[in-house]
Amino acid sequence: MKKTLISTAVLMVAMTGTAMAGTLETLKERGALQCGVTSGVPGFSVPDDKGNWKGLDVDVCRAVAAAVLGDATKVKYIPLNAKERFTALVSGEVDVLSRVTTWTQTRDTQLGINFAGVNYYDGQGFLVKKELGLKSVKDLDGATVCVQSGTTTELNMADYFRTHGITYTPVVFDTNDQAAQAFDTGRCDSFTTDLSQAAGLRTRMQDPSAVGALPEVISKEPLGPVVRQGDDTWFNIVKWSFNAMLNAEELGLTSANVDKMKAESSDPNVKRLLGLDGPKGKGLDLADDWAYQIVKQVGNYGEAYERNVGKDSPLGLDRGLNALWNQGGLQYAPPMR
Amino acid sequence: MKYEIQPTLPPPSSMIGVVGWLRKNLFNGPTNSVATIVVGYFLISFLVPTIQWIFIDSDWVGTSRDACTSGGACWVFIANRLDQFLYGFYPETEHWRPQLAFIIMIGSIIWLVLPQTPKKGLVAILLLVVYPIIAYFLLYGDVFGLPQVETHLWGGLTLTLVLAVVGIVASLPLGIVLALGRQSDMPIVKSVCVTFIEIWRGVPLITVLFMASVMLPLFFPEGMSFDKLLRALIGITLFQSAYMAEVIRGGLQAIPKGQYEAADALGLGYWQKMILVIMPQALKLMIPGIVNTFIALFKDTSLVLIIGLFDVLAIGQAANQDPDWIGYSTESYLFIALLFWVFCFSMSRYSQHLEKKLHTGHGNRA
Amino acid sequence: MSSDISNSGHKPDGGSAPQSAPPLSKPKFWNDPKKRSLLFQILLLTALGFVFYTIIENTLTNLEQRGMTTGFDFLSREAGFGIAMSLIDYTEASSYGMTFIVGLLNTILIAVMGIIAATILGFILGVARLSDNWLIAKFSALYIEVFRNIPLLLQIFFWYYAVLRTLPAPRQSIEFLGSFLNNRGLIVPAPVPEDGFGLVIMGFFGAIVASWFIARWSRKRQELTGQQFPVILTSIGLIVGVPLLLFLFSGLPLGLDHPELKGFNFKGGITVIPELMALWLALSIYTAAFIAETVRAGILAVSHGQTEAATALGMSKAKTLRLIVIPQAMRVVIPPLTSQYLNLTKNSSLATAIGYPDLVNVFAGTTLNQTGQAIEVIAMTMAVYLTLSLLTSFFMNWYNARIQLTER
Repeated sequence: MKKTLISTAVLMVAMTGTAMAGTLETLKERGALQCGVTSGVPGFSVPDDKGNWKGLDVDVCRAVAAAVLGDATKVKYIPLNAKERFTALVSGEVDVLSRVTTWTQTRDTQLGINFAGVNYYDGQGFLVKKELGLKSVKDLDGATVCVQSGTTTELNMADYFRTHGITYTPVVFDTNDQAAQAFDTGRCDSFTTDLSQAAGLRTRMQDPSAVGALPEVISKEPLGPVVRQGDDTWFNIVKWSFNAMLNAEELGLTSANVDKMKAESSDPNVKRLLGLDGPKGKGLDLADDWAYQIVKQVGNYGEAYERNVGKDSPLGLDRGLNALWNQGGLQYAPPMR
Repeated sequence: MKYEIQPTLPPPSSMIGVVGWLRKNLFNGPTNSVATIVVGYFLISFLVPTIQWIFIDSDWVGTSRDACTSGGACWVFIANRLDQFLYGFYPETEHWRPQLAFIIMIGSIIWLVLPQTPKKGLVAILLLVVYPIIAYFLLYGDVFGLPQVETHLWGGLTLTLVLAVVGIVASLPLGIVLALGRQSDMPIVKSVCVTFIEIWRGVPLITVLFMASVMLPLFFPEGMSFDKLLRALIGITLFQSAYMAEVIRGGLQAIPKGQYEAADALGLGYWQKMILVIMPQALKLMIPGIVNTFIALFKDTSLVLIIGLFDVLAIGQAANQDPDWIGYSTESYLFIALLFWVFCFSMSRYSQHLEKKLHTGHGNRA
Repeated sequence: MSSDISNSGHKPDGGSAPQSAPPLSKPKFWNDPKKRSLLFQILLLTALGFVFYTIIENTLTNLEQRGMTTGFDFLSREAGFGIAMSLIDYTEASSYGMTFIVGLLNTILIAVMGIIAATILGFILGVARLSDNWLIAKFSALYIEVFRNIPLLLQIFFWYYAVLRTLPAPRQSIEFLGSFLNNRGLIVPAPVPEDGFGLVIMGFFGAIVASWFIARWSRKRQELTGQQFPVILTSIGLIVGVPLLLFLFSGLPLGLDHPELKGFNFKGGITVIPELMALWLALSIYTAAFIAETVRAGILAVSHGQTEAATALGMSKAKTLRLIVIPQAMRVVIPPLTSQYLNLTKNSSLATAIGYPDLVNVFAGTTLNQTGQAIEVIAMTMAVYLTLSLLTSFFMNWYNARIQLTER
């Protein structure tokens, strides 16, 4: 610990902008990935009762750690609220932000950040109490709606209601958890958020079966991992770590069969992905078996999906838009060659 | 004719004893009687059900909400989460570390408060200088074979105390410098200190914490990032030092001018004058003020929940959102209120006691 | 001061003073307090300049490297989000600049409401604490000790989550006097002025002006003749009576817009949102405890001789309180009272924790999130509070100078 103290002191003295080493070097030296996550959205990033983080977003962090450090457990999770997430990323407090963040033009171009992909195609919907018998968002005229502040959700709702001439009163909260609870205890008639998060938060309500979603999906919400601008190597690592998960699913590689496939498969695509052939780790400054480590330790995208948000999880979401491109969905990774 | 002095009659029975006390203090005139009855009725109709709810009808043992059947307060909820309230997410096997840190602190404070104990000065210096270092290593670990406990796991009452103690200890030296600067006759030094003090005193702590959490990282060069707790501590310390400076200035001004002049006359330099003559007298006068700012700071630490640190109030909020325990928020608020109240009330009593004790020395009220 | 002034402490040159003291010539410049303080101040300025330069430099580099937007252009961009409560016309199409004004007005609203309630409650409790009725004095003491030793944020949460959230849903509202109380807030009938109400308002202001003239006349008369005139009673009578009479004679020109349950919520009337109620309750109750202590200290500061002298002059108890004790106590009470008002205003920023749309919640919250321009937004927010506090201290200095005892 003394080291941290001293290095802090040294840094304080030598504050005058020393050029920083790349994220990759810093991370290797530190031996752990610092990953910004939510403070608890079931299915995406949530700590269990022993403090282990789980979720689809968490699996992206684990994949990056597996690729870079060869160990998916070497991740330090830093819970961030919507307000501080971008500052935390830009200032270097976290290396990657994997926190149900919607990709928009403003964010991509004005906040000094880059989106490295889309790990969940989502859309915004409205939860209501079933007993009210509402059929459509248009029935919400005059309603009070709970929403998390500082999100695209808040803006989409305002746009949608304005263009459809629906009056409403927004009640905003700092976290989605608070907004959901406020809806649950009757402060609002409706709660709006991305449908996937709504599914997760619904499981925490007093009577999940009494709550349903209205049919309208009012926005596009491509959620994905985010990195700082200005470090292209690191941007590529995160982008390709996620692409490797998608390609693995497409090629039928799972955490269970990857060792067997590595030994036996003669498919050139599989060989390239597992680092036996092709570009390997070159250009990413990673070990040649980086993608193998991801599949082995984290699994492919389909596995992560099913485990965290899919049919057998408490959320029970269909693959829908998040199926692979060749199965009718949107998930499409560039080839690894 | 013989006159005999009659024995003095006892006072009428309505003037002494319980009846007399009642007449004197509660039913002294019609207005007072009405007021007594109204307030008394209000108090009884409020206190009786409350006490019943808290103590008599309440449930104390159990493991889940099924144990709460009697309709009163459900203290099972608190009991089940007591560890979290006290230590946050600090690993269970390491709980002895915050406990030890707490015991050392309370021990040295008792030492300082008791009137007979010797070597108070030494203990005070140890508490202000050595203790924070010990406590830091104890809590953070990573030395002497103690496993490291990351600061994001710190929480509950432990975190509240860490914030308050660091806030006060770190702001004391800064406050002294600022107070001396404000009294200085060097115009630039004076105006710098006045500006600093007035800016921090003029803005709410919450904006300072926002600044620490979203702006501070931008002030430092790339790659140099502070942990969230450290940033909050920087914000709290800067904020607190301004208030501390004003308390210390008050103490300095209470010292009669003759003391300054006498020190000057002896040919003492500025720092000799301050350290040997003024400060020892002024510090004594400042203690009540310092305790009062400490109370204010202690209550204010609860604001860190807004920037996402898990102090005791934030733990309570999180617990209230647990779907298994929904509907028992009153219990958790009461419990946290009691925790804060015990600390703040005892400190304020101590400071009042000190004020009375110090009343004898010089100072403007003598 | 002698020339062998000590070198300990803040000697600016780092302490390499040559030991050879020249015989009785001009003192070395580091021994000359004037030059030394000049040097010290220059050093301080340089250090400060360096710190600020580094911070600004770092920030600019950081912002530029990441391609982050800076400047105040965002204030004129469309905000695009709704706000739950606004005193002025605000829609989603308004600008970010408008969100600043909406938030500021909401902050001022809660501050004014809180100050009024806390002052009334605080004065009652402060006087009650000194009451010779044991029960009342103890009750007041209990109140003060309980509420000032519990964090304000906790009290806000308590009122919001534990009390107001558990109120019934709109359909099961608690109804009283045409108002409704439910978990969406308190809905009261809104007064709607009709033709002729202007007359009532004119009567009200007319009465105030008349009272002022009466007060002046009676003071003059008292100075000349010693005769007294019940100014306060007459004024109250005028200010209440005149508008009331006008109101009655012009045929009750005031309608009430009664709230009605339509669809999800009540339509019509004025809605006081629960966030505002919780914040108002907590701020008033908390600050009242401090004001009560201030008032008590003020009353105790009036020396007993003053009261005795008044009694000796044959003044009644009420008159003593009004003419002797309170004017003198106010001199002690006003300065700490203003700082309590300032505290209350600053504390109103805790609104953000429960979502009352004050300046910090709307502007330093949502607007900051949507624009990402932390530095500009936080600086503007801080500037508002700073201005308020500076204005207050100017007022306080002015007031202190005005009521200063002119001692002979």
